[in-house]
Amino acid sequence: MNIVILGCGRVGALFATMMDREGHAVSIIDLNNDAFQRLPAEFGGSIFVGNGVDEDVLIRAGIQEADVFAALTNGDNRNIMAAQIAREIFHVNKVICRIYDPMREETYRELGLETFCPTQVGAQILHDAVLAQ
Amino acid sequence: MYIIVGGGGDIGYYVTKSLFAQGHEVLLIEKGGSRYQSLRDELGQSVVRGDACEARTMDEVGANRADVVIAVTGEDEDNMVICQMAKKRYKVARTIARLNNPKHEEIFKKAGIDTLVSPTKSILSLIESDLPSTRFVPLLTLKNAGLEVIELRVPAESDAVGKALGELKLPPACNIALIIRDQSQEFVFPAAETVFLPNDDVFALVSRESEAELRSAFGATE
Repeated sequence: MNIVILGCGRVGALFATMMDREGHAVSIIDLNNDAFQRLPAEFGGSIFVGNGVDEDVLIRAGIQEADVFAALTNGDNRNIMAAQIAREIFHVNKVICRIYDPMREETYRELGLETFCPTQVGAQILHDAVLAQ
Repeated sequence: MYIIVGGGGDIGYYVTKSLFAQGHEVLLIEKGGSRYQSLRDELGQSVVRGDACEARTMDEVGANRADVVIAVTGEDEDNMVICQMAKKRYKVARTIARLNNPKHEEIFKKAGIDTLVSPTKSILSLIESDLPSTRFVPLLTLKNAGLEVIELRVPAESDAVGKALGELKLPPACNIALIIRDQSQEFVFPAAETVFLPNDDVFALVSRESEAELRSAFGATE
């Protein structure tokens, strides 16, 4: 699969590394060049410095041929906008968007975006761990 | 009307003041601490500290009874989310967003935002439509060939009016490709005997060096 990832933080870098190891074609975008240091030396994908809500940057990263787009920056709104650009303008088949704010996540899930909320997931894990004792 | 303004920069501040003066109920939301304080000192209760993207803030200000939400922060992604949340979560009838990057127009429209205001685009179109009788607009640059595609309007008082294309002294690296008549809106692919009329819109290919010469041939000053 062709995978475009926006945001090379801990999650973005780890996800990119996993998919690259499994033989997929990975492109990863981040505003900050230093972020790519999180990728291992043997990472075989492509890296792009730029703003993920800029269509030209997305095109350079190969979004027109992408099967998957994952928006994983630490800005909820940036992820939301980039994910909608991927879906509505580039018609990427699978678009996944991380949203930390549970309320915003709920709204965009209802609008049909595939979203996940680490805040919700984390709180749930804590809740279950405490109750399991 | 009850109007919520997201983003207390210069635009947000003046919009709030003007709407307030017109007798509307206006609430300005600003998240930055020191900026909030100075707005609060001047506008008092009409300013709320918070994030217009956050449901918590929007619940507090009663967004569900707002008639209009205006998003004028300096970040397009924030303006987009403010308007989409207002529409989807609070069923606000009318949302207006400031568009910072004109390239985001398409996605903003697809996002269902009712009205887009693009200062960048407004300034560009003002420049293009300024002095309409002597309009000279570069439409397209063919970089490698060093050519420009331009549009100019023949001023009524131009020396070219009433003359045929063959009679005009035009620069060599130039081709008049198309004329659109002002009155009839007919198009003409000009030949040497085609006569220019007042307010003709002329589309031409011209080398960058010959642009000024072409302009003066039609009396279209910059």
